[in-house]
Amino acid sequence: MKQRGTLVVVAAICLGGCATGPWVKPYERGWLADPLMSVSRDPLSDKYLQHVHDVREGARGATVAEGGGCGCN
Amino acid sequence: MRMQLRTLVRALWLALAGLFAAPTRGALLPEDRVDLMYHYYNGGGTRVDGPALLVRKGIGERVSAYASYFVDNVSCASIDVVTTASPFKEKRQEYGGGVDYLYRNSTVGLSVQRSNEPDYVSSTVGATVAHEVFDGLTTISLGYNQSRAEVGKAHTDFSDHANRYQYKLGVSQVVTKSLLMNLNYETILEDGYLQSPYRSARLLGLSVPEVYPRTRDSHAVAFGMIQGLGSSDGQLRSSGYLRYRYFWDTWSIRAQTVELGYGTRLDERWLVEPRLRHYKQSAASFYADDFTTQMVFMARDRELSDFSNNALGVKASYLLFNNRFRLSRAALNFDYEFIRYHYNNFTDVRTGQLYEYKANVFQVFLSGWF
Amino acid sequence: MSARVSLLIRLLAATMLALAGAGNAAALPAAGAVAPDFAAKSDSGRNVRLSELRGQVVLVNFWASWCSPCRQELPLLNKIYARYRAAGFMLLAVNVDDNRKDAEAMLKRLDLRFPTLFDGSKNVSKLYGVDTMPATLVIDRDGRVRYVHRGYYDGYERKYEQQVRELLKE
Repeated sequence: MKQRGTLVVVAAICLGGCATGPWVKPYERGWLADPLMSVSRDPLSDKYLQHVHDVREGARGATVAEGGGCGCN
Repeated sequence: MRMQLRTLVRALWLALAGLFAAPTRGALLPEDRVDLMYHYYNGGGTRVDGPALLVRKGIGERVSAYASYFVDNVSCASIDVVTTASPFKEKRQEYGGGVDYLYRNSTVGLSVQRSNEPDYVSSTVGATVAHEVFDGLTTISLGYNQSRAEVGKAHTDFSDHANRYQYKLGVSQVVTKSLLMNLNYETILEDGYLQSPYRSARLLGLSVPEVYPRTRDSHAVAFGMIQGLGSSDGQLRSSGYLRYRYFWDTWSIRAQTVELGYGTRLDERWLVEPRLRHYKQSAASFYADDFTTQMVFMARDRELSDFSNNALGVKASYLLFNNRFRLSRAALNFDYEFIRYHYNNFTDVRTGQLYEYKANVFQVFLSGWF
Repeated sequence: MSARVSLLIRLLAATMLALAGAGNAAALPAAGAVAPDFAAKSDSGRNVRLSELRGQVVLVNFWASWCSPCRQELPLLNKIYARYRAAGFMLLAVNVDDNRKDAEAMLKRLDLRFPTLFDGSKNVSKLYGVDTMPATLVIDRDGRVRYVHRGYYDGYERKYEQQVRELLKE
């Protein structure tokens, strides 16, 4: 029941959003293209650091980079 | 849990398919670049270093492909190793590759990865789909990864396998021209041999084999935001980010991660980013430093214990040149991170005290864009 | 599905709905509408006013240094400009970079033969309701917008050339 409710809400955002225009105009998106606003500026470096952490921690997932591989015992 | 997740994923797919996007070219493929890195880790008696390489190139207007190579040269004398065995050296090599295809506002990606160690080989295949909606202000992405690992034990006939299935769902939202937010969810479903064949648990002070469950379902939800901060002459000069992740799994582990970072352009060439990271987790239900009675599942892996770590890091990027040698840009980067681990229920059997250690992580890499 | 995840999805949905409501629906002028007049400084230092170009066919292109399709499209317009300039054709590339230096660095790399107008204040972009980057408008000799192109895809430059040729014949 709760699950169906959530699906309805998600579908509503998708359809509702189509009707209105963008509140950040296309000509105002310069900064969003700047490396300083990037989620993962250096993918190789981010992946390496994620690997260093993943290998020593119990938690994994939902990060900007995939850790990859198995580490030292 | 698995059935409900599949239903949600299918429903979202339908919702996306129902959208009709105006022919705006908002979505872009990742940039063409090459990164060559040397990485170094030293902490808790373990030293790992090696090279890494990533090359990404667009083919035509719609396709982008990448290849990566990564080596870990491990010199291991960690606490587990010195207290139960002897120090060893080994080499891990990882190869990866993938291709992304852009069509209007959607990007579809396929990837493969293989990791080889003398006693552990894993192969992964994955697919991702990202779709921009609301004039490119919102990006919804779905990802699936499947991997199989063959686990062995040096100098023995031991062999077992482990399967892993990962499902990811993410939403990224442009809130203002200088604020981005994202929300990600990932579930990892594993089955098979999920422990290390080298480690032992302790029962009343004596070594006994570890016994782990043969399944593990984990979930992680993460929220992040990036805010542009200072600007001069219309150019962005600094930004800050904040990330929070909550993790939980069927082994009763609960973990939280908080990351805070600040990036700033010192001048036309230098970009510096200090950062902080805090991680805290509670122990797995079948973990104990020293069991007092025999249990069905027993683990003494400090990764499953109650512990926390704090890290302080900084990355500095130096712009080498623009538009030379067929590269539009090249930079030299240095990254240093200092991590302190503190365990609340894992003892250093050499001292009888709760274990803690410090680690230094260092990277130097050259990046070129073309 | 866990109650926690469900709640998080609901919160995100509510936030997004609230933000979506704050938008408005400005858009580029439709074909047949009079092209709004504007004046802006060009890269040669002169002020350029659209109404002073009445009698010529004008192509107005909105671009930015951070817009990758824009960077692909601009050098292709050099040919059209060279070919039809003498017949009474004008090309105005309106740059919307916040930082003038970024635009000038890109101009050096692209080697454009036609004037670039700087619209850092976004007055012209707002006036035209630019709803995509890049955006291209082809304006006839009477100052009316005749063709509007949103974005840039392979082969658009051939369409522009066809349309300019057609309007020059009028």
